[in-house]
Amino acid sequence: MKTDAEVLELLKEISDPEIPVLTIVDLGIVEKIKVEENKLYIGILPTYNGCPAMDLIRMMVYEKCYDAGFRDIEVAYLNSPHWTTDRISQQGMDAIQEYGIAAPDASTRIEQLINGESSILCPKCHSSNTKLISAFGSTACKALMQCNDCLEPFEYFKCNGIRQPES
Amino acid sequence: MLENQTPLFRFLVQLGDDALIISQRLSEWCGHGPVLEQDIAITNITLDILGQARLWYQLACDHSTTFNKEDDLAYLRDARNMSNLLLTEQPNGDWGQTIMRQYLYDAFKKMYYTALEQSNHASISEIAHKCKVETTYHHKWSSEWVKRLSLGSDEGHHRMQNALNQLWRFHQELTMSSDVDIAISSEGIGILPSEIKETYEAQITQHLVACNLTIPADQHSVTGGRKGIHTEHLGYILAEMQYMQRVYPNLQW
Repeated sequence: MKTDAEVLELLKEISDPEIPVLTIVDLGIVEKIKVEENKLYIGILPTYNGCPAMDLIRMMVYEKCYDAGFRDIEVAYLNSPHWTTDRISQQGMDAIQEYGIAAPDASTRIEQLINGESSILCPKCHSSNTKLISAFGSTACKALMQCNDCLEPFEYFKCNGIRQPES
Repeated sequence: MLENQTPLFRFLVQLGDDALIISQRLSEWCGHGPVLEQDIAITNITLDILGQARLWYQLACDHSTTFNKEDDLAYLRDARNMSNLLLTEQPNGDWGQTIMRQYLYDAFKKMYYTALEQSNHASISEIAHKCKVETTYHHKWSSEWVKRLSLGSDEGHHRMQNALNQLWRFHQELTMSSDVDIAISSEGIGILPSEIKETYEAQITQHLVACNLTIPADQHSVTGGRKGIHTEHLGYILAEMQYMQRVYPNLQW
């Protein structure tokens, strides 16, 4: 039988289906793991209410644990605590940036972006001379931006937390 | 069907119905938005609101012995047993009319969910918080678009005024308290929509006037959604949405 910590290691092998470089553990959505005799309980925090990846993640977690030998598995979505981008680990932040998506930045609120003030760094040329194209992006967690210097359009992982990224 | 249920269950279904029906309406825009970015924006909003409907329905099922899954609530009720607000079922019309409907809805729901966060029912308070955060984001978008279209070209202004004239008669229902609201608020679980009427009216009037729009003189209101008395549009929405489950009961994708 596996311990809670071993199950956590197992979950680190699961990637977010929409941002494959980011594991669900680095994303900060794994809230609770409890192994009791042969029963496994995992509590996950939904990011956005309607995010279609949620059902897929539940299935991926279930399958991963099933393959590891568990048979009595419950994967539940919890409504509390509320997930925010503050829960993304530093490793996760780096992976997002590396992947070509600008990581959440608490020093710029969405109102500022809408008003044309942006200090979000272009993931390609690292210029801060960028602008918002649309407050909504290809997934619920992202907005569309463009770099005014290298002209590269890029995605920005919207910040709904308060933590400033470490430089 | 619904009248035999507890006030708590009916209250949760009311919230789910508003979200389900307006998200079904919004989903009609998928692939038809005026520009790519706004097509993406409106489908994102659609998904958020559909997710909200699911949360309310799931919680409702936890408090029911008759309904045990969210899909039954969405797919197996006819119009007389749907309790959504009439505004949510109104046709998309042109882009301006969809924006106006969304603005009236977002402005109300943002205030409503903010108040509902104070519910003494832990799950309701948690879900209300999640809905408030998303609705605040949607409200920024829809209020910005009302401004952009109304203060842009003459054609845009004309269409936005038409949209407002068309939808105004449905907006009063948002801040009317239903029997279910009254039953549930006395226990501290829910809040009375009528309590936010004044703030809501003041806020939307200020924004609409700032957008150079004229508040319609006709204050006649059309109501009935909470009691299952709907406009002719809901039947068509349900026919399309429920078709697969009605024809192939218990079908799974």
